[in-house]
Amino acid sequence: MPWTRDQMAARAARELRDGFYVNLGIGIPTLVANHILEGMSIQLHSENGMLGMGPFPFEGEEDPDLINAGKQTVTEVPTTSFFDSAASFAMVRGGHIDISILGALEVAENGDLANWMIPGKMVKGMGGAMDLVAGVKRVVVLMEHTAGGKPKLLKRCSLPLTGAGVVDMVITDLGVFEIGEAGLRLVDIAPDVTLEEIRSKTEAGFTVSAELKLAA
Amino acid sequence: MAVNKIYPNAQAALTGLLRDDMVIMSGGFGLCGIPGSLIVAIRDSGVTGLTIISNNAGIDDVGLGVLLQSRQVRKMVSSYVGENATFAQQYLAGELEIEFNPQGTLAERIRAGGAGIPGFYTATGAGTQIAEGKETKEFDGRTYVLERGLRADLAVVHAWKADREGNLIYRKTARNFNPIMATAADEVVAEVEDLVDYGQIDPDHIITPGIFVNRIVPLETVDKRIEQRTVRKRY
Repeated sequence: MPWTRDQMAARAARELRDGFYVNLGIGIPTLVANHILEGMSIQLHSENGMLGMGPFPFEGEEDPDLINAGKQTVTEVPTTSFFDSAASFAMVRGGHIDISILGALEVAENGDLANWMIPGKMVKGMGGAMDLVAGVKRVVVLMEHTAGGKPKLLKRCSLPLTGAGVVDMVITDLGVFEIGEAGLRLVDIAPDVTLEEIRSKTEAGFTVSAELKLAA
Repeated sequence: MAVNKIYPNAQAALTGLLRDDMVIMSGGFGLCGIPGSLIVAIRDSGVTGLTIISNNAGIDDVGLGVLLQSRQVRKMVSSYVGENATFAQQYLAGELEIEFNPQGTLAERIRAGGAGIPGFYTATGAGTQIAEGKETKEFDGRTYVLERGLRADLAVVHAWKADREGNLIYRKTARNFNPIMATAADEVVAEVEDLVDYGQIDPDHIITPGIFVNRIVPLETVDKRIEQRTVRKRY
């Protein structure tokens, strides 16, 4: 059984450590906030100028001056601070954020990431994605393993890059891959998903971790 | 005590500052902290051929969207313009130019421009099409891209409180690009929700010192829109 979106988010939450400053992208990465372990101190960074981001407000308590990078209404927590956009990206580009979890269109076996434009289609812009992947200490991609039946984990990205050699880990609905000097390595696999299925849906070459328990 | 920086309305505050083909910085992130009344006054002035530096392009009928609808914008310098159908239409018809900047690069270009720094190196965009045609340099084994400081003829910003000197403070995430844009233009006009007496803002809390602000418009009414209203259930 492939992981659901929620299970993928829960798997990504296992990459968080106590005391981390974390930036979550739009889409499935947003769900990671729901799976932070109780008692763990995690500060969520929102690149529009907020550190220490709380959940959505109760109805009637929305504040138009209090939004996240997805322009959604959010709330403060006791640790919250506000700052301007240059300070916000000093946190990102200066390597102060511990982990960035974001979506992708394509990831290559060398860690290249494409997630901001499809030539010929309307380009919306990269927002803060290029800064995040260039500056944050650890970059984790959370995405479906395939799109329209086609692999998204490739030998080389075909789309324009968001960053070159920037991805450290990829979590899909089928498994988890680490990217290091030696390339892509499968380190976790969804229950009852076989290695053959992953191989058939992955264009990139990868090795398999010796510790990995595989389905029969 | 000081020169008078207070103007009765947005139109008066922009008098003498607008001309065709000028470069304008406009604060805000999405619709949060945008100088909405100053944008409407720019539209009403009829100036055209504008280059607008702003993180986003508003939505169709709010914020910078109104300047796009009236076809007064020639070029946008932004990081993300996803929420605007008018924008997409004019861009695809070749009527509007767009220069995408990574959001942090855009912010740092503005910060640098305001601080008299003509260029800086950043790892953001190295190895991507953003770096094409730009100088690159290796520092400690990593490739960095040379980006230029950015300035404008005019910056329009939104603040929460101001005193008559033009010392500004902002509210929550409505701060965003406003303070840095206030440093990076020849003329800076701030619309403010609350104009207070001298001494009513603790000097320790001032975000934008008045030296950066030329003109102030106290807003009579503040119309704040929410782009994505998200709530949670009460249990």
